[in-house]
Amino acid sequence: MIEIGLNHYLVLSTILFTIGLVGVMRRKNLLMLFFATEILLNSVNIAFAAISHYYGDLTGQMFAFFVIAIAASEVAVGLGLLIVWHKRYNNIDLDYMTRMKG
Amino acid sequence: MFEAIAFYLFAFLTIAMFYITVTTSQALYALTALAAGMIFISAFFFILGADFLGAVQIVVYSGAVMALYAFGMMFFDTTRELQEKKGNEYLVVGLATISAVLVVLIFSAPILGDNITALYPIGNEGNTQEVGMVLFTKYLVPFEVAAVMLLVAMIAGIVLAGKKMDESLTLMTEEEIKDMRAEKMRPKEIK
Repeated sequence: MIEIGLNHYLVLSTILFTIGLVGVMRRKNLLMLFFATEILLNSVNIAFAAISHYYGDLTGQMFAFFVIAIAASEVAVGLGLLIVWHKRYNNIDLDYMTRMKG
Repeated sequence: MFEAIAFYLFAFLTIAMFYITVTTSQALYALTALAAGMIFISAFFFILGADFLGAVQIVVYSGAVMALYAFGMMFFDTTRELQEKKGNEYLVVGLATISAVLVVLIFSAPILGDNITALYPIGNEGNTQEVGMVLFTKYLVPFEVAAVMLLVAMIAGIVLAGKKMDESLTLMTEEEIKDMRAEKMRPKEIK
């Protein structure tokens, strides 16, 4: 209980990943959906850093860096698309995005 | 002892913040709770000895990404109450839990194999120096590819969010450019 091991971090990562997945499944607003995806990416980052620490290997941290870079570019492109959509249709609900034609 | 206290404290805080993020109906509350959760997550990185990763987490997530979200939220109508899908709550939570446990199993499967040898063992230099050594030798090509990806994302963001990005000054004739300037200079008529 007192000694914190790898399993503690993996369980925490699982809980956060569950929270993020619940958010992805029940949100209808696209901005809130982006928030939930950020939670998913962060929970995986915790798992990477913990494994990296407990196995004395730096590779996990490297992967965490690349995950952060991917998250940043996803936000930039996603928000740009969201702004374009909001200008045209004046809402950002998922239910209205059922067709792909612009 | 202190590590355990810090772990449980920050675990509780992070879970609480992210729970608020996915359940609240106010976009502003979700944004602030997400920013707080990101900072609490960086505490785990500091506990785990990944100092550079923790600093990057604070700078990139609570700095850049949160600023982008706040900027984006100014475009949207955030005062309106968000409507959520009214599905079966138990089904959603159950499915999410099963998928998350699957992810952890995928992660721990190679660990259970118990034949891990550290490719890049953590030495006794500082974390930042070692990260730099590994990043610029073994992971140099992925690093450069990530840089190109960020550049592409930046250009895409500018083109998508900017005004009049479908016109190109280099493809227009001189007269067209003059006309556009004159139109811009003309004072707007009062309705």
